[in-house]
Amino acid sequence: MNGLELENFLIVAAALFVIGIFGIFVNRKNVIIILMSIELMLLAVNINLVAFSSFLGDLVGQVFTLFVLTVAAAEAAIGLAILVCFFRNRGTIAVEDVNVMKG
Amino acid sequence: MTLAVFTFYVFSTIVILAGLLTVLSRNPVHSVLWLILAFFTSAGLFVLLGAEFVAMLLVIVYVGAVAVLFLFVVMMLDVDFAELKAEMARFMPVAMLIGVVLLMELGLVFGVWNFADQAGDLRQAVTPSLSEAHNTQALGEIVYTQYIYLFQAAGLILLVAMIGAIVLTLRHRPNIKRQNIVAQINRDPAQAMELKNVKPGQGL
Repeated sequence: MNGLELENFLIVAAALFVIGIFGIFVNRKNVIIILMSIELMLLAVNINLVAFSSFLGDLVGQVFTLFVLTVAAAEAAIGLAILVCFFRNRGTIAVEDVNVMKG
Repeated sequence: MTLAVFTFYVFSTIVILAGLLTVLSRNPVHSVLWLILAFFTSAGLFVLLGAEFVAMLLVIVYVGAVAVLFLFVVMMLDVDFAELKAEMARFMPVAMLIGVVLLMELGLVFGVWNFADQAGDLRQAVTPSLSEAHNTQALGEIVYTQYIYLFQAAGLILLVAMIGAIVLTLRHRPNIKRQNIVAQINRDPAQAMELKNVKPGQGL
């Protein structure tokens, strides 16, 4: 495809995925940034799916991207709702205190 | 270097930089803004790959809904982020180590990887050529026929997520005045008005 190889897109996706994991470990205390890192990792997966779909000429990859997008949106909504709920009860979002949620 | 290759390098550089700054920036509001930039530029990458429907979906769903939700939550919660960021340097070496190891593993995978010979014949839904149907139409034709149950399940997931988010964040404060519609409808003029006999020269 006009000079671009599949590997180009795979490398970008791999770099983005590693940045996501790196973000989870660097921001151990900040749940909001951890959620954003998860979004970055899902974006990397989507880039992989769309790249394979485009280079193999198989549309199922893009259908899958659609569903990954749906699940990511649902996950962000629920995650942020839990976060807001937790903040209301504790007054902080530090992840170390999260084990109080186990009831 | 063709225009497509040049665009690819510009967009991929911006995506990776925006991703790094999302993770490393001190202010979470800036993080969300960098995340939005990453989403926008990867939508550009999707357009480059010929997947314009998914690209527009990324802009609408991610930038329009998810990122704005993040922005709302970051601004709504009154958190001392400087305190949370203070320990970032402590976790940096471990995170670097894990990142480098993972990147090397992925690099090793790319080194020995190639398509199977029959990969081209195993396609589930062959992409039609652009003269027959454009991307959105082709996608619609298989999502609404072959993948209709998965599509409905995706809708169900969104419904459950919506109900869950509302249930989690809804709270009833006891000492707040609320509108009581039944009481409003059921009141009659006799209760609504009270006549007082005010004597001249005196107040109530």
